[in-house]
Amino acid sequence: MATQGAILSIAGLSVSYGTVHAVRQLDMEISEGETVVLLGANGAGKSSTLNAIVGLAPRSGGRLVFAGEDITRKPTEAIIRSGLALVPEGRRLFSNMTVRENLRLGAAALSTVEFDRERQALEDMFPITRRRAHEQAGLLSGGEQQQVAIARALLARPKLLLLDEPSLGLAPIIVNTIFEIIAELKRRKVTILLVEQNAERALSIADRAYVLAQGRLELSGAAGSINATTLEKAYLGEREHA
Amino acid sequence: MQLALQQFINALSLGSIYALVALGVAILFSILRLANFAHGELMTTAGFTLYMTLASGWNWVLAVIAAIAASVVAALILERVAYRRLRNAQPLTLLMTSFAVSVALQSIFLLTFGARPKGIELPAFVDASFRIGGMRVQWLDIAIILITAAIVFGLTLFLRKTVIGLALRSAADDFQTTRLMGVKANALFVGAFVLSGMLAGIAALFYFATVPNVVPSSGFEPMLKGFIACVIGGLGSLPAAIVGGFLLAFLEVGSDALLSDNFSPYLDAIVFLIAIVILRWRPGGIFGVRLTAEQRV
Repeated sequence: MATQGAILSIAGLSVSYGTVHAVRQLDMEISEGETVVLLGANGAGKSSTLNAIVGLAPRSGGRLVFAGEDITRKPTEAIIRSGLALVPEGRRLFSNMTVRENLRLGAAALSTVEFDRERQALEDMFPITRRRAHEQAGLLSGGEQQQVAIARALLARPKLLLLDEPSLGLAPIIVNTIFEIIAELKRRKVTILLVEQNAERALSIADRAYVLAQGRLELSGAAGSINATTLEKAYLGEREHA
Repeated sequence: MQLALQQFINALSLGSIYALVALGVAILFSILRLANFAHGELMTTAGFTLYMTLASGWNWVLAVIAAIAASVVAALILERVAYRRLRNAQPLTLLMTSFAVSVALQSIFLLTFGARPKGIELPAFVDASFRIGGMRVQWLDIAIILITAAIVFGLTLFLRKTVIGLALRSAADDFQTTRLMGVKANALFVGAFVLSGMLAGIAALFYFATVPNVVPSSGFEPMLKGFIACVIGGLGSLPAAIVGGFLLAFLEVGSDALLSDNFSPYLDAIVFLIAIVILRWRPGGIFGVRLTAEQRV
């Protein structure tokens, strides 16, 4: 039963790659305006969960309701068009295309006029998208690419933004920039589901957290209620609900 | 000098046809990893349409439009009937399917039109020529070169300035992430087949203007040359396909001009030998396109 105001409800989601069960019977909910973090060790099923939400990972069970609509059986492009955006792990910019061309694809459903308006609205937050608009995306540094990837996802004004390990492989100073951007998005009331390895940073920014271990939900609760000890237990698979 | 210039124009004209065929092949390969050997049959479809319409007394402009349209429609039918269900299939499955489709279409042509060559009644202006000094230049060659240049220019604009064009380019790079942009997979495939069919139709017009009769297997040779052009340039890249097309034509015309007449029967073998040497030197083609597992659909 979906809670009032939940933008995304996940009930009993399972993801399997052949005989490997990446996610088992996961229940999750995200309300409008919330920043929710999904934590867990490597291979816990975090990215599989995000990919399953957008229909890229093979779902073997469960039901997904987004903005009041059942998206369980919809193809990826339909899910994206209904207002979800995913910034994938490793950014996945189209490296041979320019920054502007990458952005244009992020707003594939918009007209040119709408695209220009949205793009300009984001330029203050992401100056890189103006400064290096006509350069090949593949030539940008990792941090710059991450900013372009987030801007690209925001262009369609998603109702829910999924961020998959946005700080992965970036220098500490760049990680600060990325978390400042996420904090700014939170201030702007963008609903965010963040997958992160950097648990401390992620918990400091999130409202609520879910912790996965071996594909199962081990811990969930308010971000402030989760400390290093409970987190460690959850990572080791010792079930607890705060 | 005059002879060299004449050969140069010949090579440019032939290279234009090869480049158009290669582009049509490369578009499907870059996005679907589909080596569509039935591309030649799309050209034959255009050829038979040209034959039928002109023989029925159609105005040549209408006949040209009908030929291109027939090739596009045939490409769309192939997409829907043969390839749509095989989107996630292994490249080898796609390859075998494209062979099967090619043979099936040739059989349909054979049953419908018979094995005897059908002469296409080309309008008289196709043979018109002009002289520069002592050199005779066919208007057809000039038209082929200019129209091909315009098509390449238009295609470049389309791929850079329209959302579907950008999506076709990004899908060639990373299909899954392109879907994450909300781009419909079906729209991409249909778009790619329409472009490929259109290029096959236009290439067929030029090809049958220079070889004005059509048989069920007519498309095989230009298709083969188009594939070789793609491989020489670097499979999967559109600019590489164009360069490959012109390079193949220059090799062909150059070998023909430089070697004695005794070698003419072996011309294709000689050209293919040179292509093999190029591929020994650069196995990924001149532009060396890398194909990783991730890039596959």
